[in-house]
Amino acid sequence: MYSFEPSEEQAMLIDAAKRFATNDLRPKALDADEEKELPFNLIEKGWELGILQASIPEEYGGFGDYSAVTGVLAAEELAYGDLAGALAIMTPGSYVLPILLGGTEEQKKALLSPVIEAEWKPYVAAFIESKFDFYPGEMETNAKLSGDSYILNGEKSLVPFADKAEAFLVFANLDGKTSAFIVPPDTEGIEVGDREGWLGIQALPTYRLKLSDVKIPADARVGADNGFNPELIIASSNVAVAALGVGVARAAYEYALDYAKEREAFGGPIAQKQSIAFMLAEMAMEIEANRLLVWEAAWKLDEGKEDAPHAAFIALSGVSDMTMMVTDRAVQILGGYGYIREYPVELWMRNGRGIPTFPGLAFV
Amino acid sequence: MISFEMPKPIVNLTSMTKMVAENMMRPVSRYFDDHEHEIPWDYINFMHDASKQMGGGFITDEPKEKKEEAPEKKKYPPIGFQRLAYMAEMLSWGDTGLYLCSPVGLLGAAAVSATGTTDQKKRFLSRFQGEKPVFDAMAMTEPHAGSEMPSATRTTAVLDGEEWVLNGEKIFVTAGHKSLVDSEGFIVVWATIDPKAGRAGVRPFVVEAGTPGCTVTKLEHKLGIRASDTASIVLQDCRIPFENILGSPEIEQKTEKGFKGAMATFDASRPLVAASALGIARAALEFVKEKIEESGITLRSGLPRSRMTNIEREITDMEVMLRSAWLLVLKACWMMDNRKPNNLEASLAKVKAGDVVVKITQRAVELLGPMGYSKEHLLEKWFRDAKINDLYEGTGQINRLIVARRILDYSRHELS
Repeated sequence: MYSFEPSEEQAMLIDAAKRFATNDLRPKALDADEEKELPFNLIEKGWELGILQASIPEEYGGFGDYSAVTGVLAAEELAYGDLAGALAIMTPGSYVLPILLGGTEEQKKALLSPVIEAEWKPYVAAFIESKFDFYPGEMETNAKLSGDSYILNGEKSLVPFADKAEAFLVFANLDGKTSAFIVPPDTEGIEVGDREGWLGIQALPTYRLKLSDVKIPADARVGADNGFNPELIIASSNVAVAALGVGVARAAYEYALDYAKEREAFGGPIAQKQSIAFMLAEMAMEIEANRLLVWEAAWKLDEGKEDAPHAAFIALSGVSDMTMMVTDRAVQILGGYGYIREYPVELWMRNGRGIPTFPGLAFV
Repeated sequence: MISFEMPKPIVNLTSMTKMVAENMMRPVSRYFDDHEHEIPWDYINFMHDASKQMGGGFITDEPKEKKEEAPEKKKYPPIGFQRLAYMAEMLSWGDTGLYLCSPVGLLGAAAVSATGTTDQKKRFLSRFQGEKPVFDAMAMTEPHAGSEMPSATRTTAVLDGEEWVLNGEKIFVTAGHKSLVDSEGFIVVWATIDPKAGRAGVRPFVVEAGTPGCTVTKLEHKLGIRASDTASIVLQDCRIPFENILGSPEIEQKTEKGFKGAMATFDASRPLVAASALGIARAALEFVKEKIEESGITLRSGLPRSRMTNIEREITDMEVMLRSAWLLVLKACWMMDNRKPNNLEASLAKVKAGDVVVKITQRAVELLGPMGYSKEHLLEKWFRDAKINDLYEGTGQINRLIVARRILDYSRHELS
């Protein structure tokens, strides 16, 4: 059956997430970006929505069933409020979900509930690398088996909260395949670099992470020999980031639409001029169309469809372009005001440009 | 519960329709494109028989009628429009010109279905179940106005005793000749009963094949969809029975009810036209991929932009466009099936599909160089067939206007 209607439970979660996004995240977003800091109580409050917990089975400390579809519905709402805030709230998920999707039974039983059942803590993934053609399927950070240990070497970027991480989930190339490793933050050879500055998401504190001959026990590798499917994990992140993109785009589109109905020029609201009206119509169309790609990819992940990774790639590809187009047009519709930091659209444009770069920061 | 599981009946239908497309359409595609006004009777007769066997045509299939079916059938969620979309897509993948020759009820039948009385539906729609194939058409556009219709209607309908007298000229009537001359079909003519009332005076009238005073004066020579006849029709003191005004004959009231009801048919037909467009787009994309792979090039998935080859980038963009457009169509049809008002979604689907099919076919021809440009392959024909989809059933601009009014909550007077 085709169906485009969230379940009742999903609808309730979306509603709660949207209220939080609108009442809590959004009002703080601009100041947080200016000051490069998120109020901690915001992250805690977002965590209490229970979005991640709802995707983790009870046996691992959660209270729901894994559902990428639910995850994307919630992610869109959080990003609609503020992308940096959404990413912060979703940070522990970047540690938990790869383990849920690819870990051994022992790992899932041991590692998930300490994160899920407690208050928000920075359990973080070290995934992205700072090279222009970074590709998660071919990472430079590498792992080599040495006796009953792995030795990790490399450098990661865009690692959130690295300065106070409870644990790192480091993604590295093991024998030509992307794998993930649990690394305690005080392990010898770990070096947290300076805080990074970015075009957008300035409220999210991220750091370089250098790994020099970092030695970890063999069982710190997530999944046994064939348990960890990097394509699936990467797909989960592509879909999550795509969902976040839809949220950012929707925020920009709604803001621009409301503005265009108020702002007057040449005798009436600018929304009554075809050039503006058509821009908005196309923004609406592209958001709707690409959101469905995200939903389909998430559904394919949930159903274990073989082409889920390709669908996730298509969704991210479409959303990357869509978010850039929509946020750029939102700035354009605000005219000169669109360029001023007092208005949120330039922030959304800066955030929007990052979508293709962000896989690794969030998962569903 | 969000789901993208293709229902079994649609899986089966799609695979049957594909056989029709491959065996009845593709082999004769080039012939009928080259012989513009020849009628594809083999295909038509085949579809007529197949349609009768399946218990009825396209637009004649109303969700309402399903309530009278056996109780066990009621448990299955309604998927009528979703089915139509898949059929339209697959038949157009085969050959859109031929698809438009299907004797199964197109826009004219849709108007009857949406606005006719029970008696009118019986009188006109039952023709499709007859011995011979029958065609229908919608006659709305006039030489001076397309997008502006029906407000700018000049064709008049004057009541004279027990008959309406119609006078005027209609152009761009898809299947007009087949409806009036080649079969015992009918056309639905939009005429005004009160020229001073503007849009409010416009009504739909059924003119049956063989009616004196209704003449096909021209058949257009087109860029594409050449197998589909596009007719100009002149109405000169054309007399039709009083009962042929569609809907309840309370014509004294200058209300927009009849007009609005018929406009609602476009909410149903727009997604189907979009579906048809995407069939062409899919044909083009599949062809490009096939030729690329034949030449030994692998198309990889998942790479960042900076690592993709140009061809991979192009193909990825086309896949994104096609899939996202198709999901919009599906959603619009799903809403229709579930009785949710889908005016916005129908127009979104139409804008996107018209845009996508043009972009994909134009880029496909470019990418394949001399092969794409050659009449040795059907791609150049699909390029020509594609363009109509951004023009008929509401141009891309008109549909953008409809979308804009809806999202801005503006009337026609606030946004033109």
